[in-house]
Amino acid sequence: MIPLRGFKVQGSDARSVLRALIETEMSVSITSEPGTGSGLNLEPGTFCYFCTSAMSITVRNLTKLYGARPAVSNVSFNVEPGEVVGFLGPNGAGKSTTMKILTGYLPPTEGSVLVCDQEVSQHRSVRKAIGYLPEHNPLYLDMYVHEFLNFVGKVYGIHGAELKKRVGEIVERCGLTLEQNKKIEMLSKGYRQRVGLAQALLHDPQVLILDEPTTGLDPNQIVEIRQLIKSISANKTVLFSTHIMQEVQALCDRAIVINKGSIVADERIKDLMSRNAGVGTFIADFETPIDMNELKGIEGVSEVTLLSPTSFKILSSSGSDLRPAIFRFAADRNLSLLGLRQEENSLEAVFRDLTKSPAA
Amino acid sequence: MIRVFAKEIGGFLNSLIAYIVVGVFLTAIGLLMWVFKDTSVFENGFADMSTLFTLGPYVLVFLIPAITMKSFAEERKLGTMELLQTKPLTDWDILLGKFFAAVVLLLCALLPTLVYYYTVYQLGNPVGNVDSSGTFGSYIGLFLLGAVFCAIGILASSLTNNQIVAFLFAALLCFLFYSGLDSFAALVMAGDQGLFIRQLGIVYHYESLSRGLIDSRDVIYFLSVCFVFLLATKTVLGSRSW
Repeated sequence: MIPLRGFKVQGSDARSVLRALIETEMSVSITSEPGTGSGLNLEPGTFCYFCTSAMSITVRNLTKLYGARPAVSNVSFNVEPGEVVGFLGPNGAGKSTTMKILTGYLPPTEGSVLVCDQEVSQHRSVRKAIGYLPEHNPLYLDMYVHEFLNFVGKVYGIHGAELKKRVGEIVERCGLTLEQNKKIEMLSKGYRQRVGLAQALLHDPQVLILDEPTTGLDPNQIVEIRQLIKSISANKTVLFSTHIMQEVQALCDRAIVINKGSIVADERIKDLMSRNAGVGTFIADFETPIDMNELKGIEGVSEVTLLSPTSFKILSSSGSDLRPAIFRFAADRNLSLLGLRQEENSLEAVFRDLTKSPAA
Repeated sequence: MIRVFAKEIGGFLNSLIAYIVVGVFLTAIGLLMWVFKDTSVFENGFADMSTLFTLGPYVLVFLIPAITMKSFAEERKLGTMELLQTKPLTDWDILLGKFFAAVVLLLCALLPTLVYYYTVYQLGNPVGNVDSSGTFGSYIGLFLLGAVFCAIGILASSLTNNQIVAFLFAALLCFLFYSGLDSFAALVMAGDQGLFIRQLGIVYHYESLSRGLIDSRDVIYFLSVCFVFLLATKTVLGSRSW
């Protein structure tokens, strides 16, 4: 199955378009938009998977108080079926609290949390549709990997041959084949993380909630775990929290940024990246020291900062590309330009910008 | 519930706790019954098992908290409580699984002492001159008392994430309920009030059972005390939502 996402079919043509898709014998996953009713009525026998918003996560006006102190205040967001969403925020912003509420560990003080269209705090059965990797990845250290996965499987009501098959599959998928007969306490942190992921995935949940899945791992392990998440996210709805920006860029369609219990951004990654794009910043390195005022004379330059005697940070006033002008400036004066680059408005910068504390 | 029960039993067997608890219990009771002069059956002169049933509860006051101390305290410390409580398990599933696992371990400690009964039975003059009904009433009493201690231990374990605190608190509560209330009643009150307080304690009902008559009131007492402590544990587990 090749997942294709993001096709939106509207209006009276919807049915014929879908039928055309179905005739190609593709599996079509149809999401009806909220508020449009039950939506499409396809003839019986059509080769079609329906998942009408079944895998979605909906959070409405969620507030959680610890004592009198709000950990999360009035948070609302949606995760559409099949989407991979990063949940960003500095430490203590309320990420873990939100995830604990999403998985039914904590009840919300106010507001509602719907997973697969069911209120989490009321329907225990929803938990079967959720795979959860808690923060710090708690595991029974004195259990063997196989024993632990069998226990988790049985808790989800998987038995006998089916359980054996699923455990075998998940062990292979999570790269635990060589470690499967070891005690969990003997495993390295990276492998423990895989065991954590394996227990979250064992019952083939539709919704995956991962709380900081790569914290504390070495760079190789981070890449491995990231690839693993990517490979499993193909037909699942995934919400994961992190404070590593590259991770979001590597994995997500969309990011929700939370700070001090409130959502400060909920945008597609590229929209997030293009924030503050109006200001262009360029770094120019020259071979010999030059006068800063001369640089200021270039058309379109609003500000020049000295980084070292020969290197300058140049801001453009209009956001236009200053590189040709700087190059000509150097050529006209016979200066050797060693380097000239535009500073990317990285996700880190956007993150810092969004979550910096207001000046006290 | 069965899943948690199976996991707990597996945990007992894997971590040697089961062997140590059963071993210590049998060693202690064996020494008291057959070796130490003050309490030995041979020195006693009567073919009965009163040593087991009078000293057994005091051994259990220390042993059962040792069995139950890790049940919730460790899960809290490791964070695996969150793992369990986000699975499709109810709080009752989790705590009853742990409770029954502890009760089964207790049973494993008590069953081998039936050999002592056989020995005493053979030692009687004439053979078989033993108060069998009293003995089996006492066995039932000891088992129910142990079950109450398990419930107390599990409550204590759910209150803290420190196993030593859980152990000490459970031992204190067990002792208090076993003979503390009885001593208290004897100390300060006489008459009906004193009787009422005595009846709250375990000794009153334990002694009643050991006379060999299985009185439903005593059985109901033990079961309801278990239930009250388990309900308290359930409340503690649910308190995260307050």
